[in-house]
Amino acid sequence: MPQPIKSVNDFVVKFANVNGSGSASANALFAKSVLRMGIPASSRNIFPSNIQGLPTWFEVRINDHDHLGRRGGVDMMVAMNPQTWEQDIAEIEPGGYLLYDATKPMPASRFRDDINVIGAPLTEICNRTYSDPRQRQLFKNIIYLGVLSALLDMDVPAIETLIGEQFRGKDSLIKPNLHALQLGRDWAIQALDCPLGLRLEPRDKVGDRIFVSGNDAAALGAVYGGATVCAWYPITPSSSLAEAFQAHCQRMRREPDSKKRRYAIIQAEDELASIGMVIGAAWNGARAFTATSGPGISLMQEFIGLAYFAEIPAVIFDIQRGSPSTGMPTRTQQADIISAAYASHGDTKHVLLFPQDPNESFTFAADALDLADRLQTPVFVMMDLDIGMNDWLVPPLKWDPARQYDRGKIMNFEDLDSGKEFGRYLDVDGDGIPYRTLPGTHPTRGAYFTRGTTKDRYARYTEEGPAYVDNMQRLLEKFETAKRIVPRPIRRDAIEQTRYGAIYFGSTAPAMEEALDLLEARGIHLDTLRVRAFPFHDDILDFITSHERIFLVEQNRDGQMRTLVTTELEVDPARLVPILHYDGTPITARFIVKAIADMLAVVTLAPLRKALP
Amino acid sequence: MTYIVKPRLHHPKLPTNALGYTHRDYEGSVSTLCAGCGHDSISAAIIQACFELSLPPHRIAKLSGIGCSSKTPTYFLGQSHGFNSVHGRMPSVLTGANLANRDLIYLGVSGDGDSASIGLGQFAHCIRRGVDMVYIVENNGVYGLTKGQFSATADKGSSAKRGAVNSDSPIDLVAMALQLGASYVARSFSGDKAQLVPLIKAAIQHKGAAFIDVVSPCVAFNNHPGSTKSFDYVRDHNEAVNQLDYMVERDAIVADYAPGTVETVMQHDGSMLRLRKLALDYDPHERISALTYLQQRQAAGEVVTGLLFVEADHGDMHGYLDTVDSPLNTLGEAELCPGPDLLERYNAAHR
Repeated sequence: MPQPIKSVNDFVVKFANVNGSGSASANALFAKSVLRMGIPASSRNIFPSNIQGLPTWFEVRINDHDHLGRRGGVDMMVAMNPQTWEQDIAEIEPGGYLLYDATKPMPASRFRDDINVIGAPLTEICNRTYSDPRQRQLFKNIIYLGVLSALLDMDVPAIETLIGEQFRGKDSLIKPNLHALQLGRDWAIQALDCPLGLRLEPRDKVGDRIFVSGNDAAALGAVYGGATVCAWYPITPSSSLAEAFQAHCQRMRREPDSKKRRYAIIQAEDELASIGMVIGAAWNGARAFTATSGPGISLMQEFIGLAYFAEIPAVIFDIQRGSPSTGMPTRTQQADIISAAYASHGDTKHVLLFPQDPNESFTFAADALDLADRLQTPVFVMMDLDIGMNDWLVPPLKWDPARQYDRGKIMNFEDLDSGKEFGRYLDVDGDGIPYRTLPGTHPTRGAYFTRGTTKDRYARYTEEGPAYVDNMQRLLEKFETAKRIVPRPIRRDAIEQTRYGAIYFGSTAPAMEEALDLLEARGIHLDTLRVRAFPFHDDILDFITSHERIFLVEQNRDGQMRTLVTTELEVDPARLVPILHYDGTPITARFIVKAIADMLAVVTLAPLRKALP
Repeated sequence: MTYIVKPRLHHPKLPTNALGYTHRDYEGSVSTLCAGCGHDSISAAIIQACFELSLPPHRIAKLSGIGCSSKTPTYFLGQSHGFNSVHGRMPSVLTGANLANRDLIYLGVSGDGDSASIGLGQFAHCIRRGVDMVYIVENNGVYGLTKGQFSATADKGSSAKRGAVNSDSPIDLVAMALQLGASYVARSFSGDKAQLVPLIKAAIQHKGAAFIDVVSPCVAFNNHPGSTKSFDYVRDHNEAVNQLDYMVERDAIVADYAPGTVETVMQHDGSMLRLRKLALDYDPHERISALTYLQQRQAAGEVVTGLLFVEADHGDMHGYLDTVDSPLNTLGEAELCPGPDLLERYNAAHR
């Protein structure tokens, strides 16, 4: 038996539950209680495409040093699901802990001898106290939370306050929940030697940070960014973004006196209609967006090409999930990079933004609305299930009260009336971006016909080759302009000079940051660049050319970002070493460390091998 | 024939409407459709309807999908913004445009391939949402631009120009529109301007989803014996239920029609529709009986035309969504951005 793991404020707790058993709120309560103790934490829901009955997990990372990505491994497993018993037991670190319901005796063969087993008679306590089957089910979750509160030395008043907040308005539920918490706690204190080697100590390290999901924050960004039209079709993991937009708008977007809505939300019949409505609304001058996932992007392809070619703004939130096809709808990936970057038939390229967390999802949502209007083109906000549906601990959201929406180049009545020349596809300013007019502006000037077929600079139909080429070349110039105004990549240099670099993006950020620290402790130094947008800023090419070898870390099978970088920047693919994680769970720090360390070992050994005959 | 530019000059004595515009101000570029195409007659009817209603052309947005019918918005209302979208998806683009600005008039032009085949879903859903629009299907039962394939409105048993016989049941868009809750449903014939123009005028003034199915023979691919959408077939089998007069005035109803044959309908804006009933047993206010009548006459091989159903106070999508009176595209930071204080409250609620 290895030594029981001892750790203060640095461990992983994982709850294995049955979907639909009411465990989600008890587990969330656990995570929030840790935060209320001033200890940084993050939580990840690993759930099935199912409403009731299939396995679901909730993983909480607790770390004083703000390493809040997935680490890998589990120190404390709360195993409440017999269906997944074997795999849950296997995941525990040697010396780790298992909390399970010991009401029914289990043979010793079902356990491991290198872990610490804590059997709590949860069902027995429950059945003794409650007669209603539903109460028995729900309160069992709170009882194990009570047991944990003693085992980990949690701040009980903090949990009680949270229970009060959770059931505000349903006050009759507060007392029974507090009672259930106490039942579990009392049992643990009386039966066990509390606390364990894993302990929580209050800190003051959470600060003013907030605990939110990316979908909620991005929806709020769309509200702040001035979106008035949302058209969407339900698809996991994006639905909660559109639903959050609805909820935020109901509170923040009513006309004060009439209570009428300063927004319109349509749950469309499919994704084709969603993007069609967004394009129609944006053509007519409203800020509009849709939220979807990979399959939705596939369905929208034709319309996205139209918006690119006809130059109509559109904002598309792609909450990426396991693909291709229906794939793993409730698991995370970064696997739509290529299909979004070149969405549609013909020569197309689109602006992509890669937020790293819910805070950046808020900012990029508003930025995307500005960029789409400025560039008159579709803009994708490339989130994923990990960012979108999990609560992350991030800096508070900020909004500059002086910020004005950038509505881009729109000619108004006065412009037209003064006789200013209008050519819908005419590059007046040399940046590839033409001026547009909105329907209904002027009785005799500025009307034009929007079409997906080719046209000249004045929007007149033509099938002449040179006119087509002229237009396609201007679209490339516009993409150059985009390069200058999209969010720049962020570079972080190692403490020592190094020949190696790493490029990463999106939800990989927290695991990557932890991995860098772990690698540094092993003497491996990497400069890093976090890519935040496509088209690629010149900084990215500079970064690649200034390092001998670059690790490109991403969450898909084929190295899609690597393909995009190689193609667009015309760099030698051999310089870019793919580090790929794509099993549907969020990438872990341990995975990155191992993959990079192994690669470097191979690289270091290579000359030796070459020397051999 | 886009290289043919219409002369701008016109006869000085050309009549003008209340806005001082002539008929010419509602025209578009020269049609590139085949000579004699029914669609051109529909374009002419739209031009006449807008002229007679004295609508400012720039306050109309014309949207279409793909196909011969969807090319026609180029040939009318040259001072209106137009949008030739993708095949079968005009309804969603129009819906979005309408969401952005409720103050414009939306004219959706589509064909039977565009609406009944590839776009059947979007057709159905925009009707059931009650989008305030005039949705015109120029229905010839055939794919013209791709040279003569059957569309989903082609009658079972009708034969194509090259002899193939259609074995699929036809979709009746009028019946669908009735079933899906359109508040204004009519059918007409491209060759019957006297009936079509008032139907378009009344549809424009109607608030809500107005649908007009216009049988429009294809001279190139579907105007031969054996086609149920040819000029001759429709002329011989036309069963007009009523004849519509349209009045913008809000004056008293003219009462010089024999009782029982005149029906007056007041629209939301106070304008009057006066129906001269040809089929005395026809009631345009009853959705269910309209459907029954339609199907009875269809079984008898007749094409029912006229105003088949109207419900003046049905409401529209913006009413259902309870959106503000000002168009959403006119709102700025002051109305849209909740500001830093509410954001601070959001932050506080997530700690």
